[in-house]
Amino acid sequence: MHSFGYRLNGLLTFAVTILALMCVIASLSDNLNIPSPSAEIQIMNINWFQKQPKGSDEVILRMNISADLQSLFTWNTKQVFIFVAAEYETRKNSLNQVSLWDAIIPAKERAKFWIRSSNKYRFVDHGKNLRGKEFNLTLHWHVMPKTGKMFADKIVMSGYSLPEEYI
Amino acid sequence: MGWIEENMKSTHFRQILSQAISLGMVISSALIIWKGLIYITGSESPVVVVLSGSMEPGFKRGDILFLYMNKDPIRAGQIVVFNDGRDVPIVHRVIEVHEQRDSKEADILTKGDANPHDDRMLYTSSNRWLQRKYIMGRAVGFLPYVGWLTIIMTDKPIIKYILLGALGLLVITSKE
Repeated sequence: MHSFGYRLNGLLTFAVTILALMCVIASLSDNLNIPSPSAEIQIMNINWFQKQPKGSDEVILRMNISADLQSLFTWNTKQVFIFVAAEYETRKNSLNQVSLWDAIIPAKERAKFWIRSSNKYRFVDHGKNLRGKEFNLTLHWHVMPKTGKMFADKIVMSGYSLPEEYI
Repeated sequence: MGWIEENMKSTHFRQILSQAISLGMVISSALIIWKGLIYITGSESPVVVVLSGSMEPGFKRGDILFLYMNKDPIRAGQIVVFNDGRDVPIVHRVIEVHEQRDSKEADILTKGDANPHDDRMLYTSSNRWLQRKYIMGRAVGFLPYVGWLTIIMTDKPIIKYILLGALGLLVITSKE
């Protein structure tokens, strides 16, 4: 029981077990953090609202997004992925979610910010239902850890609406 | 290397049988754990290795992801693993969901975080949207770097055979 092979095997098994245990504990420590994020989105302007030649409505809008997400970061956080989605319902669909803009926050210092941007991704409906449509803007975040369980949540901001007629 | 010769000499039938049984126990307990995981997580492949860099910097090549699947609806922001009839499943984020009122069927669009465009070009058989049936699971947790062993074994199968051969040799020649 004293050969090199046995000792190496024992050492490696122990090392891997301890490493796995450390990853689990690191992940569990994330539960101790109680986040208190805040965000605000204003629609500065609707630049484009037309129906596409072959069918569906499309919107281009410019937003002012400000948020303080610093409380989401723990020592086990690698990055926080955030995105803004427009959510609305139509006659045919009980829920539509369209992602308009996203960003990656790599560190706590960058988590308090404001940015003005038009939508990164096309806001296209599944039809022609957007005239006069009321919709929510939700800021979703996804906390990606260095190791372990990922957390996701969102803030829903309601009360936005599109013009009654195409621009 | 004297101990290999010693083992070859003592060929009692019972000893061989007990070694075969212990090998069988190792294999079947691995299988039980794997099938148990499939049942608990509700996903056909509860652990996947990230093969491409399309979700960087969040997931790098060689990370492993733990998947979980239940009847909850698919919503934007979830990181899903889907396979619409391709060789390798893809791990990307859901960016659009259109869920129908009556049938609760949903059209889903995905995109890798590091990709400039959505996945529409990737979907097989000119589908413009994904359906729930193609989704194998949602990523709920991850471990970095551990998947490199699988990538190496896939890229250079000779290493897989060497490892399996060494493992088999170890089990047979152990005196326990």
